[in-house]
Amino acid sequence: MSDLTATPPRPATTSEPAPAVEAPTPRIIISVRNFNFYYGKKQALEDINLDIPEKQVTAFIGPSGCGKTTLLRNFNRMNELIDGVRHSGDITLAGRSLWDPALEVIALRRLVGMVFQKSNPFAKSIYENVVYSLRISGVRDRATLDETVERSLRGAALWDEVKDRLHESALGLSGGQMQRLCIARAIANRPKVLLMDEPCSALDPIATARVEQLISELKKEFTIVIVTHNMQQATRVSDRTAFFYLGQLIEVGDTSKVFTRPAEKRTLDYVTGRFG
Amino acid sequence: MDNPITHAADFFGDGKTESTRLIARSVGNRLLTGLCIALSFAAMIPLASILYLVVKNGSELLDWSIFTQLPPAAGMTGGGFGNAVVGTLVMVGLGLALSAPPAILAAIYICEYAPNGKLSSVTRFTAKLLTGIPSIICGVFAFAAVVLATGEFSAFAGGVALAVLMLPTILLTSEQALLGVQRAYREASYGLGATRFQTIARIVLPEAMPAIMTGVMLAVARAAGETAPLVFTALFSQFWMSSLMGPTASLSVLIYNFSTMPFEYQVKMAWTASLVLVLLVTATNITAQLVFSKKH
Repeated sequence: MSDLTATPPRPATTSEPAPAVEAPTPRIIISVRNFNFYYGKKQALEDINLDIPEKQVTAFIGPSGCGKTTLLRNFNRMNELIDGVRHSGDITLAGRSLWDPALEVIALRRLVGMVFQKSNPFAKSIYENVVYSLRISGVRDRATLDETVERSLRGAALWDEVKDRLHESALGLSGGQMQRLCIARAIANRPKVLLMDEPCSALDPIATARVEQLISELKKEFTIVIVTHNMQQATRVSDRTAFFYLGQLIEVGDTSKVFTRPAEKRTLDYVTGRFG
Repeated sequence: MDNPITHAADFFGDGKTESTRLIARSVGNRLLTGLCIALSFAAMIPLASILYLVVKNGSELLDWSIFTQLPPAAGMTGGGFGNAVVGTLVMVGLGLALSAPPAILAAIYICEYAPNGKLSSVTRFTAKLLTGIPSIICGVFAFAAVVLATGEFSAFAGGVALAVLMLPTILLTSEQALLGVQRAYREASYGLGATRFQTIARIVLPEAMPAIMTGVMLAVARAAGETAPLVFTALFSQFWMSSLMGPTASLSVLIYNFSTMPFEYQVKMAWTASLVLVLLVTATNITAQLVFSKKH
């Protein structure tokens, strides 16, 4: 999965240069450039420019309807499941446009995995949930599947709780366990980027703490973008924070700076709870 | 009075109007609940009386020989209607085999591939129209399309008539079943890099299967009891079925023929055939439920 596409590399089709190899760490893995997005006639995102650094946690914050989830769902082109959407501008992954015709959307979604707001395990066993991405790519080797299940469930801090009932239905798990199963299912695919859309909004504080702890572990291996309504969560888990308001990116920077010394008054008002 | 509502109103110093209104609402609520229960029982009366009559009149002649012997000639006694049981099973099975695959595939196309497409809306509209068409028209259609073309009444023609009858029911119920599958399942699958085909085959269809099967069973139950599509197509036969291309007996046509005969024995046999038909449909229904509603 180290290659974006099966086809040989072609000259870059966009005006964006590929990130220079000797650029200071961390590398930029996702770049958003002059990006506009529309649901039918309604513009949801307005001229967004944003860089997502590799192996860091970037938090998207902002009031409901500000476009943060819309942008997140563009990173793996999930928005295209909705009718009547269109965009202008570009988003690149490792310097290549997400809409490069040679980049199949199914390949993109292997590189950019997603965890949804409401946990959505399939009505299958815990085991089959985790190996779903391997099954659909035709992996049949039992040892590989077993190894993936253990690695992913350990990675999602769920292994010890479920190792004795891997073949029972995933729908019998608690809410927090289901969400960690969805994380395990997403990382079983070995994505490079993990998108998390309010992953804790339906969880109790204990389950939330577990998932947050997990996020800090996961960033050693993955680049994480998380949408959250919880300010404390953003400060606890993220390295960088982007504040969105009414479809615009108001401010982006190191989390500590955005929360303590934001450049914009609107950011300050929001993070201190004065509106939103 | 000791009514807790008036008591509470007194306790909190509320006026009489409010507590009277509250009491009226709770009385009204109870009356309506009672009415609903009573009407639920009333709705069961037709079903219960049909079942009672069928069992009462039909069980007299019910024994194993019914399934192994051929129908008696007019005015004669003894025998059975094994050929009609076989005929009904074969023709309903044929109708199902001809209608279910295209109907379910069409529902998948409508739901998953082009929900807003022109072809989808035309198909959906046609199916809705077709459900409203009297079953005798299906018989006349199959008569013209198959019987006239092949030159003989046949089980095949009967199967075609039943397939036309079943197709729209299966299509529309399958569409509803697929629409009922949560969007979250589809998103999870696409989010993991599944193709549309994989998402449908591995996630959506298994999830929708119990509901699709309910639709299929409705169609089967209806087709098994239909007489009109079969009188023009399969006709009837006194003999065991030997090929798909000859006149074939069916339970529904046998019931129709025998119940109008002036012979007591034939009328009794029509009751027994009704009972067998009800049992067959129930048995298939229960089997399908057991097989397909099996959740993980």
